[in-house]
Order: sequence, then structure tokens, then C-alpha cells
Amino acid sequence: MLEIKNLQVDLEEEEKTILKGVDLKIGEGEVHAIMGPNGSGKSTTSYVLSGKDGYEVTGGSATLDGADLLDMEPEERAAAGLFLAFQYPVEIPGVGNMTFLRTAVNAQRKARGEEELSAGDFLKLVREKAKALKIDADMLKRPVNVGFSGGEKKRNEILQMAMLEPKMCVLDETDSGLDVDAMKLVAEGVNALRDGKRSFLVITHYQRLLDHIKPDVVHIMADGKIVKSGGPELALEVENNGYADILAEVA
Amino acid sequence: MAVPSIKFDTAETLISAYKMPTGAKWSDATRTNAIARLREMGAPNKRDEYWKYTDPSALTAIPAANAALFENDETPMFDSIDRLRVVFVDGVYDPAQSDDLSGENVVIETLGDALGKDIHWAKDLFGALEADGQNPVPRPLATLNTAVASEGLVIHATGKVNRPIAIRYVHSSESSDAMVHHVIKVEEGADITLLESGPGAARFNSVVEVDIADNGGFHHVRTQGRDHERKTVTHMFARLGRESTFKSFTMTVNGVLTRNDTVIELTGDDAHATVGGASAGDGTGFHHDDTVFITHDAVNCESRQVFKKVLRNGATGVFQGKILVKPDAQKTDGYQISQGLLLDEDSNFLAKPELEIYADDVACSHGSTVGAIDDDTLFYLTSRGIPRQEAQDMLVLAFLGEAIEEIEDEALAADILDRMDAWMKRRQG
Repeated sequence: MLEIKNLQVDLEEEEKTILKGVDLKIGEGEVHAIMGPNGSGKSTTSYVLSGKDGYEVTGGSATLDGADLLDMEPEERAAAGLFLAFQYPVEIPGVGNMTFLRTAVNAQRKARGEEELSAGDFLKLVREKAKALKIDADMLKRPVNVGFSGGEKKRNEILQMAMLEPKMCVLDETDSGLDVDAMKLVAEGVNALRDGKRSFLVITHYQRLLDHIKPDVVHIMADGKIVKSGGPELALEVENNGYADILAEVA
Repeated sequence: MAVPSIKFDTAETLISAYKMPTGAKWSDATRTNAIARLREMGAPNKRDEYWKYTDPSALTAIPAANAALFENDETPMFDSIDRLRVVFVDGVYDPAQSDDLSGENVVIETLGDALGKDIHWAKDLFGALEADGQNPVPRPLATLNTAVASEGLVIHATGKVNRPIAIRYVHSSESSDAMVHHVIKVEEGADITLLESGPGAARFNSVVEVDIADNGGFHHVRTQGRDHERKTVTHMFARLGRESTFKSFTMTVNGVLTRNDTVIELTGDDAHATVGGASAGDGTGFHHDDTVFITHDAVNCESRQVFKKVLRNGATGVFQGKILVKPDAQKTDGYQISQGLLLDEDSNFLAKPELEIYADDVACSHGSTVGAIDDDTLFYLTSRGIPRQEAQDMLVLAFLGEAIEEIEDEALAADILDRMDAWMKRRQG
């Protein structure tokens, strides 16, 4: 599914290397987690994969089902099946949530040569998916994320994910700013999308999200590299002992 | 001094170039007076403070420059709604294309017909609001219009007028140089909607004078034609009585030069005025200027100015907006916002917001911003699969939408928004 090889990335504005050779391979239907201290390059990895400006790839590759992600525009990556759930979803005054969702769904369908959804079919689908995430009609009508609480914004991200049905979902600190109930709701939304084929990369600081979204593999990232990989027990180790022990061990 | 003499020479050139219509007793004095006023104030000149950001020479040149016609197969604006349609071709009333000028609670005459009468109620308004609106800043092109315009409508609303009056200005000759002058009287408790659309002529000078009595309402939505080479100057002079409402919105796309002056005087307590505009300009030839002057001269009145301009490829947008609060106009609530969205570094947005307040118990706020499309927002949209150009258009439409939503009638607002959306989609190809 997703294969990252020796990915090296600089910040464009400053002479600073953020990723120093990231290797990661996620198979079909797998859930991987990346944990790591602040500034280790976790979020950068998600931005570079989805095509945000401001980063310069100086080496390595990233492919989705063999297609070169780094050569594509962000919208092409999305149409190819990549989805990033933002840590800080953007508020867009003046653009209705529903209009945004329908435009996105149909743009991707069009890019893949599929027929666009009719207004009626779209409405039916969005209502059904929104209900499961406890997103009411009002939230769908309002401008994208404007005036949404932290929990509502994250649920809105998962709703987009559910509507767009990507192959590969990257969740960037989706648990940040959420209380326990909100986190459970978001995790349920994610788990509902696990179908044995769709893959997930969950970026988080804390083990608690991984109680709800059970990973197959946990990676520890530090200083722009993945320094250790293991099973779910690795997340528990971080939770109990912090990163210091692991970092000392691999150093 | 050289500059003043140019102003006065140009005024003389204009006065001799256009013929002052004669024959109507009730208007002759007004027109003679207008010519005298024009001689005194001179023609506008780019060295005038009020024309600092907009060069008026194309509006005063004799003869007017030609403008190519804009061929398109779109449904004309406001065609889908129930309205009373009036057509002017190159500034001349066309009865064949117009509906019968009659409606419930309203009397509509052409200015030509009204001028043919010995006396007319319009005598008290025609040129009067324009003359009032000359202080403290002269608006000579409106005075010129009063002096020589022989086309227009005289509208008297005596109650709630159910069908909007929709004036379409057709541009038919490449060398047309047209003036129209409308006079509208809204009686106590009456309500009327005026819709205007189309370029009008190669060069088009329009004046609307509207007097709104107590509890009256006047709603105005205008779309200025998309002919790329057209030049337009418009003036709207409004006087508002107690608890009356005035709402005007203008959408402008294309045209090389557009100057829209709106002059409003709130003279009755508890009156409300809103002036809004959305414009989209593309190319160095585009120059669009909204100039607004609102005078609060009564207690507890509210005024709103909301202007949004999207500019690209070297286009220029101008906003000059002033709120003047007179000493007795306590409890005034004045609001003004002007925003420019620049899609590249070659475009310009020039704003001059002004407040002049002589009362001590007022709430006035103004803001003016200029910026670009937010990169993070654009990335968010594209990361969901929306192509960059389409995403940008969504954000442009959202930006303009904040001005468009000032239109009270939701169907009209939706119509304008859809139209803008369609134009942008057409650009995407």
C-alpha cells in the first residue's frame, strides 16, 4: 500500500533538515502508529505525503500502490486514495460544509473517471455517515469548521474520510484537544472504516488513542528517523517509561 | 495655474458637446442652474483629491472612446423572476422591448414624457438631490447628467410595489455615449425594488435620485455589464425619511473603468441604509472605484457599507467611503468594511475609509483589509481532492459572498452568487 523509502526532507524557508531518511512500509489493511517526541518529524511526514508547500524533498521516495506520490499535486494524491486528517482542521468562512464535501467527493470521482454523485444520492450518503458520527444537520449546513468545537472539528475530519473512502488514511494527532468521550467517538468512526483493505497511519503523542484504535505496528520516531518498530506493546512502554529509555537504547 | 484652467476648459467642452434639452418649463430652470454649477465647479480632474485613485479623463473625453460589444449567450440577468421589464438601448428607452409601464401602487413614466408636461411632481426632486449631494465634495459628472440627460424613468411608488422594476441597459453601438437620469419617489410606507443590469453604452453616465418618505423602503440590485471596454460612471443620491430603509448592492465584473458614487443622507430618525458591492477584476485594464458618502443627520440611524473586490493580473480596485455624523445625530450606528483579495502581486487595492463625527454618543466602526488567498486553506481544500483552481474559486466566491449576502432578497442574492460561480467555472474551461 504505502511505501516510504529513505525519505529526506528540508524546510524550504530555512536551511533545516527535518526528515533524515524515513523508511516505512504499510501493507493492505494494516494499522501503523508513529509515536515520538515533539519535533521528531511526525507531522512533517504527514504533510510531505499529502503535498503541502514549504518542504523540499532532497532524497528518497514515497509511493502509494506503486504510484509516485511525491510527483503529484495534493488533489491528485487525494484522488489516488490518500487522506490526511488534520491536526488543526482549517476554518473556511463562506464555504458551506455540505458544498465542500460534495465538491470534494465529486472532484475525486471525476479525477478517477467515475460518474459524479447526484445531489440526492450525495445527501442520502452524507446523512447516513454523519449520523454515525453524531454530526447534526446544523453542522453540515454551517461553514466548514467555523465555530466548531475541537471535538466537532475532528469528527468533521472523520466524516470527510468516511465520505471520500480513501485507501490510505493518515491521522495527524487526531486525539489532540479531545476529551475522552470525543476521542472514543472519533476512534469508533475510524474503526468503522477498517475493512481489512483500508490502511491507516496514526500519528500520536499518547498511547491512549491506541487503546481505541488498535495498531498492528508501532514506530518510534526521533530526530527525523524511525528509530524503533514493534508491536502494540511498544506504545505501552512509551506510556510507562517515556521516550528517554528507548532513545538511549537505540543511540 | 494650469490645473484649474483645464478643469474649467473641460467643463466648457462638455457643455458645448452635449445639447441641453429645452421645452419643459419645470425642468428648464434646473438644467440652466446645473450648467451654471458645472461651470463653477469645473470637470473632474485627476489632481482632485476625490479623483486621486481614479483618472476621470476617459469619462470627460469628447468624443467618448469606442467600446467593443460583448457577445455572449447567457440568459440575461433577472430574467427568471417576475418583474416589470424596461429596456434602454444605448441609453434610449425602447418601448418595443419593454413591458407596459404600469403596475400596482406605482406610476412609471419615461423622463421624456414627464419633460413634455407643463408641470410635474418630479420638479422638486429632479436635480435637487443631486445638487444637495454636491456638498462638501463636488460631483460634476452628475451635474452634467442633470443638465443634459433626456432619457430615464420617473417612478412614483405609492404603496407596496410587488414586481421589481428591472431596467436593462443594452449596449448596441460601439461608439455610444449615453446618459440616463432616473427620479424615484417612495411615498410614506411604500416599498419598491429597482433592478439594473447591463453595460448601457460604450460610455455610460447614470444618475438615480431617490427620495424615501417615512417608513418607506427602497431596494436596489445592480449588475454592471461585462463588456470589457465599457466605461461607466454612476451616481445614486438618496434621502431617507424616518424609519425608512435603503439597500443597494452592485456587482461589477469587467469594464475598463467604473466609478460608482453613492451619496446618502439619513434625515429621519431610525432610518437604515446599506450599500454593498462585489467586484471581480482581471487585467491591467480593469479599474473599479466605489465611492460612498453617508451623512447621518438624524437620531438612531444605522448605516452599513460592505465592499469586496477580487483582483488579478494587474487589476485595480478603489474604495473611498465616508461616514459623516452631524452634531445632533446621536445614537448613530455606522459600519464600514472594505476588503481586497489580490490573486497576484501585480494587482492593487486602494482604500480610503473616513469617519467624521460631531456627535458624542455614536458607535462607528470601519475596517479595510487587503490580502491573498490563505495557503493553509487552499491546501486543506486541495488535500480533499479539489483541484487548485476550483479551490481558489470556492474561496473567491466565499469572499464575495459576504458582500452578496447584504442583499435582502435571498432569491436575488442566490441569483447573483450563481452567476458569479458560473463565470468562474467558465474561466476554468
